[in-house]
Amino acid sequence: MANKLLNGSQIVLKALIDQGVEEIFGYPGGAVLPLYDEIFKQNKLRHILVRQEGGAVHAAEGYARSTGKVGVVLVTSGPGATNAVTGLTDALMDSIPVVCFTGQVPTHLIGNDAFQEADTTGITRPCTKHNYLVKDINDLARVIHEAFHVARSGRPGPVVVDLPKDILMGQGHYAPPTRAGHKSYRPQIEGDTDQIKKAVALMASAKRPLFYCGGGVINSGPEASRLLKTLVRMTGYPCTLTLMGLGAYPASDKQFLGMLGMHGTYEANLAMHDCDVMINIGARFDDRVTGRLTDFSPGSTKIHIDIDPSSINKNVPVDVPIIGDVAHVLKKMLAVWKTENAKPDAEALKAWWRQIGKWRRRDCLHYAADSKVIKPQHAIQRLYEATKKNDDVFITTEVGQHQMWAAQFFKFEKPNHWMTSGGLGTMGYGLPAAMGVQIAHPKALVVDIAGEASIMMNIQEMSTIAQYRLPVKVFILNNHYMGMVRQWQELLHGGRYSETYMAALPDFVKLAEAFGAVGLRATRPDQLDSVIEEMLGTDKAVIADIHVDKMENCFPMIPSGAAHNEMLFASVDEGGPVSEEGMVLV
Amino acid sequence: MNPQSEQAKQHTISVLVDNEAGVLARVVGLFSGRGYNIESLTVAEVDPENARSRITIVTSGTPMIIEQIKAQLKRLVPVHKVSDLTTDGPHVSRELALIKVIGSDEKRVESLRIADIFRARAVDSTDKSFVFEIVGDTGKVDAFIKLMEKIGLAEVSRTGVVAIARGSEGI
Repeated sequence: MANKLLNGSQIVLKALIDQGVEEIFGYPGGAVLPLYDEIFKQNKLRHILVRQEGGAVHAAEGYARSTGKVGVVLVTSGPGATNAVTGLTDALMDSIPVVCFTGQVPTHLIGNDAFQEADTTGITRPCTKHNYLVKDINDLARVIHEAFHVARSGRPGPVVVDLPKDILMGQGHYAPPTRAGHKSYRPQIEGDTDQIKKAVALMASAKRPLFYCGGGVINSGPEASRLLKTLVRMTGYPCTLTLMGLGAYPASDKQFLGMLGMHGTYEANLAMHDCDVMINIGARFDDRVTGRLTDFSPGSTKIHIDIDPSSINKNVPVDVPIIGDVAHVLKKMLAVWKTENAKPDAEALKAWWRQIGKWRRRDCLHYAADSKVIKPQHAIQRLYEATKKNDDVFITTEVGQHQMWAAQFFKFEKPNHWMTSGGLGTMGYGLPAAMGVQIAHPKALVVDIAGEASIMMNIQEMSTIAQYRLPVKVFILNNHYMGMVRQWQELLHGGRYSETYMAALPDFVKLAEAFGAVGLRATRPDQLDSVIEEMLGTDKAVIADIHVDKMENCFPMIPSGAAHNEMLFASVDEGGPVSEEGMVLV
Repeated sequence: MNPQSEQAKQHTISVLVDNEAGVLARVVGLFSGRGYNIESLTVAEVDPENARSRITIVTSGTPMIIEQIKAQLKRLVPVHKVSDLTTDGPHVSRELALIKVIGSDEKRVESLRIADIFRARAVDSTDKSFVFEIVGDTGKVDAFIKLMEKIGLAEVSRTGVVAIARGSEGI
């Protein structure tokens, strides 16, 4: 080989730069010292020092989801790697491209229970798309390039590269990325034309069609959202989105029925239940979406577009599976629709929209306004109203009631602007994710809509936010409870609020100030708008502590184990029936 | 249609993988992590030049579960090919078992007689024991072991199923 010898750490950095990486989130430690020494000596790659490794992975997820690029993490061996596990699992469940480098004890010590040794590849095998332990420095560059390829292609996901310290310090040759395909890993990108033709014929014959779209559209890139919009508009069919899919179709559009699922809208869920042709684009029939499987959309013929063959027929048997990348498939689908001169059944469609109109008039998101306490839904609505003129608003959330209210009341017009932990439901996701988004978009408005319980799970990242002067806005809907858990206790466990009251909360205003941020508080409805205004007008990080109605519940709701047409609503149905079977599914 | 109500059936699945560290753990972890059964598992390198191993798994499930198992296996990065021998056409499957039988006098003679019928070979012998080697499909090995139970079965070691499709087509 003609190129000169480099040490392992230099090879890692060179590979990262060749992969287009500009920022990495990490935390140093003994096993990765050589790599941190190389980071010190260069200026191309910016390292963001988090306060706990879990924060690094969520930050990388936020970075990845808001840019479409791979998020990169660097942590040390042992506890560094084990702290990253939650984030990796989160990224796996939500199909987020992340490459996580973990330090490892030197190869000759592996298996010796050495200091800060953990079986990282063993621990992360089930929570990554793939992982590598590099045992030969001459594999190092190839493995890194492969890791990026695996993370970003097909159904994206997290990839771990475990780097023993002697590999980082050894000498070897660098190999640039190659265009040669992988020997065994080859995701299917193009959809089968015959299947697409079948799907188009089915779509055109539909009387009560529905587009059900998910995170796969967002992962496929902005082009996929554009094509989806064209297809939905061209057909005139209604469209609903999953929690992961919000933003894939403009929320303000009249063909949009809102989010579906457990806390989705009445019209979306009933349309799912009653449709005769379902067009699933990049969604995976998650249990929070389907409700009771035996009664899930019983009368529909189902088309399912997914890049992951294992998503097909996993929970719900489908009639026309199309394996491929959403953008590629939609492009073909649009072309076939045009060449076949397909026409929707205008008469049937009119009746279908009439029916949907009736459901819409149920006004399922309605909540009782209050002049004394701030309703959490109202707080989010006001936040949305105050930010909607801003072209580039990124919203992250933690997990719980506030997350569902954000999904219901914040309207997303574009993909990649909504970052939430969907599959794993990781409390503590939103703050570090917002940090990652803000690193990628320094000028944009980034708001973490949080709950007072979740925010405490990764509150240490306020320190990172201070260090990098990130103007992240933390909008806490503070109800002094783990609200969603409390809601379930109310519905299922006789109102016995076991361990869900958040006692001894910090003073969030003082806490903000302690971290060099601005602290604001609203306790009455008449203070809300001015606090929001002040928050948005501040060019520093802000924690806005919004004291909301303590006992407000998130409705509408399909109780676990119920069907789409068995929804509960705010005023009438509180404390509705949940089957034994449903209790298990919580 | 209730997918759960469909009948579970046994399938023999061949998986061609890169012979690299952790690949077996990936496959086994997939089965345990998702709650699938492994009834038999064999693995060995079959193509040293390309460092490929062949894993043969006998599992059971409804058609939906089996389809899911195959899709999940194909998703693993070091997996080259997955073939469901049970559905892809006729196949041959074999196991090898070593069976230790202890007994004397008439039982000893009887064990040799049965071994002869099953074309099992005695590969070790002492004055009170035999070790038989038997090759055959799972049913044949099971039947032989059952007969030996009455005679003085002491210990069994089985390879698990290896299988290959009939005809000229490769995996």
